[in-house]
Amino acid sequence: MSGTIADPRLSGRVAPKRRLRLSWSDPLLRNIVWQVLIIGALAAVIWYLVGNTTRNLEARHIATGFGFLSHNAGIPIGEHLIPFDPSFNTYGRALIVGVLNTLKVAVVGVVLATILGTLIGIGRLSRNWLVARLSAVYVEGLRDLPVLLQLLFWYGLLQTLPGPRQSWRLGDAVFLSNRGIKVPLLDWQDAHWWTLAAFLLGVLGTLAWARLATRRQEATGIRPPVWPAALGLLVGFPALAWAALGAPFTLDYPVLHGFNFQGGGTISPEYGALLIGLVTYTAAYIAEIVRSGIQAVPNGQIEAAAALGLRPGAALRLVVLPQALRVIIPPMTSQYLNLTKNSSLAVAVGYQDVVSIASTTLNQTGQAIEGIALIMAVYLTISLSISLFMNWYNAHIALVER
Amino acid sequence: MLLSILVRSVFMAGSMLAGALLAAGAGHAQGSGSATLDAIRARGQLVCGVAGNVPGFALPDSQGVMRGLDADSCRNIAAAILGDANKVKFVPLTTTNRFTALQSGEVDLLVRDTTWTLGREANLGLLFAGVNYYDGTAFLVKKATGVKSVKELDGATICVQPGTSTELAIDDYFRVNGLKFTPILIQDLSEIQGAFLSGRCDAYSTDGSQLATFRATQPSKNDLVLLPETISKEPLGYVVRKGDDKFFDLVRWTYFATLIAEENGITSKNIDSFAATKVPELRRLLGLEGDMGKALGVDNKFAYNVVKQVGNFGETWDRNITVIGVPRGINALWNKGGLQYAPPMR
Repeated sequence: MSGTIADPRLSGRVAPKRRLRLSWSDPLLRNIVWQVLIIGALAAVIWYLVGNTTRNLEARHIATGFGFLSHNAGIPIGEHLIPFDPSFNTYGRALIVGVLNTLKVAVVGVVLATILGTLIGIGRLSRNWLVARLSAVYVEGLRDLPVLLQLLFWYGLLQTLPGPRQSWRLGDAVFLSNRGIKVPLLDWQDAHWWTLAAFLLGVLGTLAWARLATRRQEATGIRPPVWPAALGLLVGFPALAWAALGAPFTLDYPVLHGFNFQGGGTISPEYGALLIGLVTYTAAYIAEIVRSGIQAVPNGQIEAAAALGLRPGAALRLVVLPQALRVIIPPMTSQYLNLTKNSSLAVAVGYQDVVSIASTTLNQTGQAIEGIALIMAVYLTISLSISLFMNWYNAHIALVER
Repeated sequence: MLLSILVRSVFMAGSMLAGALLAAGAGHAQGSGSATLDAIRARGQLVCGVAGNVPGFALPDSQGVMRGLDADSCRNIAAAILGDANKVKFVPLTTTNRFTALQSGEVDLLVRDTTWTLGREANLGLLFAGVNYYDGTAFLVKKATGVKSVKELDGATICVQPGTSTELAIDDYFRVNGLKFTPILIQDLSEIQGAFLSGRCDAYSTDGSQLATFRATQPSKNDLVLLPETISKEPLGYVVRKGDDKFFDLVRWTYFATLIAEENGITSKNIDSFAATKVPELRRLLGLEGDMGKALGVDNKFAYNVVKQVGNFGETWDRNITVIGVPRGINALWNKGGLQYAPPMR
């Protein structure tokens, strides 16, 4: 830790080498002995537990190992991001479907909860009495009720919607029923991939242009406007690419056929209930984090920024936010992790996340230890990834204190 | 209740590890030669896993006493081992945690509408000791849908409990018939029934017995139609752990004893009038001669206790299943056209 910024006076001087004495009074020897003993004891306990479990599983004729992952699943899954047919797909693929379903909730949930939470957190600081009070009621109400209860509430509410034949509709395109929200889906063609590529190119171009503008500002003090170039690159360029390829645009409309709608895209009530429940619940916590972050910046900082002649937008961006984010990011990471882990309550509302599919799998195959181990591995991986990203972001925006 | 699903699965995986520690040395202590039997005797109580929320099979009455065919099946075993049908602790289990509970030793015996399949016996370390209900997967729909047959359910949304053999049976049947369906899988029984009633699903599928009792207990029962097809065989019964043959034998023969009693017209009311019977099999059944009980590791009067305190198979059936309006059907005795058959007790 101190290696890189070591006191220059000490450089060149090496700590005196000490000989290891074979005596209990030598602290170095004591340290080594204790550590070896503790690690040895831990290893022995793990060794014993694993060995004993394996022996007992064998004695009870319970199948072990992960071989079941390549067996034919046969368990139906309602929602899947990748094609899944229980007739010939395996348990391994079923679990991947589950992981993707978990990520679908976690990623969308984190984004929406951040937006909603930030709005409510700022709303709580509003000078408008009504907005401030409503935000306060929201926060106190939602974070005081158990999240499982809220999920069941939302699921119950979505089930009271009318059936597919009596669904609420917006023209002939959007249908809201107890089978979920049905929306028309764009018939995706090659031209759309090119349009998407053009858009991504536009994003890169805009970033480059902004960097150029900053350099120009540093050199001349005048900042050339960025937005016309951004508009052209982000909207005009993709539109041009799309038009050049014949401007294909056909929509796949949901049509009532038999029991249910066919075609179009669906947001199922199970996914909807889980997402709404998790987002509104987590947003209450995020609102408090945002509020505390903003309030942690002393008023004097804003006044000082104004005294330096910074406009309010620049003051927010350059003075308030960097100091507020320092307070906001670490607890925000915890909330993202909470949302991800709370998504395992999906079983309660019938959404097939990784826990739901893994517990069905472990019940059909009877391999509880392997099933639970897989669930833990999945959550550990997702959580560590979130933590790593947030730590990186935190280090990236942290104030460099001198 | 719902949270417990998760908590329990995690806990049980843990307790399998920990339980392994304890179970390692025990079991070979002196006693009957059956670790399970010894544990039940030492505890003075049979711990029996049941559903706890299915009318007719296991559901607490207004006094909190567990009632139903499965509950009485547990009482049979308690009466056989301990001589007292009331020495049972009922543990309600869900469809997904039931096997772990039995494997880890949390319950001695599982009687929870559990289908006997090859996979469960071969992979889960379990044995099915008897079938107290021959059932089959069926479908319940609302009359308003106008559906008359399972074959008309193409494209339908179907509510089903996860981790059940129903889940696999529906998939097999729809695959064979080239039909498609969307599953809605909810763990909690009341939640999934609520989803069906609210119209989230077009059909609700589980064992026919459960659908019949569910329909019978609904105020809107005349709007609900049980489809005529039974698409699979679902023999439900007593499940024990592998590796304790003695306990397996005892459970199996206690169940057979209730069948033999019914076959011979012995009921809880008239059993004492058979005290002077000359029929050899009945004398063995009632412990008047031979060492049938001792061979199983229990008292020779075990079958007497079972029939006296709980009743013969027909009595438990009438008390629990007939009252909710389900006919005996294939669950009648073999000599009345059914499948319930006991080998001779000799």
